[in-house]
Amino acid sequence: MAELNETARSHDMGLHTEQLTGRTQQRFFDVSEEGNHLYPEAFDVDYNKRAVIDAIDMDARDVNRKIRDLMAEGYGSIVVRNPQARHSLAVGILQRLNLTFEGSLGYFGVGLIDGPNVRVTGRVGWSCAENMMAGTVIVEKNAGSTFGAAMRGGDLVCMGDVGSRTGIDQKGGTIIVGGRTGAFSAFMMQRGRMIVLGDAGKNLGDSMYDGTIFVGGSIESLGVDAVPGEMSDLDCAWLERKLGMYGLRAPDGVANMTKIVAGKQLWNYDNLEPSEKKIVL
Amino acid sequence: MTGTTDKTADVDYFLTSDGLDTSREKEIGQHIGYRYDVNLLPDYDRLTPFLKTYIELMGWDDLNWLEDVHMGYEEGHAAVFDRNANGWIRVPESLDLPDNQQDRDMIARELLIKFQMSNRHPMRDLYRAYRKF
Repeated sequence: MAELNETARSHDMGLHTEQLTGRTQQRFFDVSEEGNHLYPEAFDVDYNKRAVIDAIDMDARDVNRKIRDLMAEGYGSIVVRNPQARHSLAVGILQRLNLTFEGSLGYFGVGLIDGPNVRVTGRVGWSCAENMMAGTVIVEKNAGSTFGAAMRGGDLVCMGDVGSRTGIDQKGGTIIVGGRTGAFSAFMMQRGRMIVLGDAGKNLGDSMYDGTIFVGGSIESLGVDAVPGEMSDLDCAWLERKLGMYGLRAPDGVANMTKIVAGKQLWNYDNLEPSEKKIVL
Repeated sequence: MTGTTDKTADVDYFLTSDGLDTSREKEIGQHIGYRYDVNLLPDYDRLTPFLKTYIELMGWDDLNWLEDVHMGYEEGHAAVFDRNANGWIRVPESLDLPDNQQDRDMIARELLIKFQMSNRHPMRDLYRAYRKF
């Protein structure tokens, strides 16, 4: 019944009458737009207002609800003690917030976030910060596989080593790995930047469509259509700046890092589409 | 091979031409590939005051997700891709564009923030219609 009510509300608002075909939504910026910096629905939080949650006897749902309640009360700095590697903690936070986990997270920690600054003093499991939109996430120890999967934006930093398929399907943002990264990192990468200060495993950048990878150590092998690129002065200045923000340094200097880009041989619309058209005709 | 690498040397390429170069593009009447350099890194000397305030408010040290926002071009008009609306948002013709991509990108970032945070954004309707809690 609840689902029916939700549907009725969207129908009442006329959301199902919009013409969805065509190539453009024809929306325009208004240069006199009010200069808001935050989403209208975001809670008004103060970074100087600090709260501590002890999660020792709480399940993941309770922890997430408690974080939300504290944000609603204006707390802008929240510390979660004893997260005990629970899964799906701090997901879907769509606003500014300083959040610290004193311990480790399980699977899918801090996923779908849009804005907060998160620090994890322990390790994280699979798919940390998957679908991250904006903000910063710093993991002080190691991370599991698919770190930053389908990430869209923001900075995701692991000070230690990470597993395989780091940044799979990455669509934006920056992933920084202080140590080594496993096989198939940047698999199907589409946009964004990945910085690996240590070694990279097999098939780095396999089937990458676009984006940039910088590696400070050795690369076991490159994947399909991942090719070396040329470092520019802008690359070096950006790398120095970005690494400096997190207290990291390239082992042999940023100028000696290896840059990997897409060879764009997979950009084959020209070949595929005429064939498909013939079949249709 | 497709792409914009050789074309972006002319900052007005997609404003002064239809961007249809290859026979395939001419056949379908549509440019293939990005209409801006998706890998262009920002020049932080060109930050606008609005962006500086936004960065400070969010507690970041740089542009964060806005590093991936650029001014692109849709059907001969300057526009910015809005990931929240999944579409291009056009820049008004009355706005004078700078002569370089870095400054244009900064304007694009500022316009996008103002639009996304406004009550005019389509996300507000979705929020009211579907939000569960």
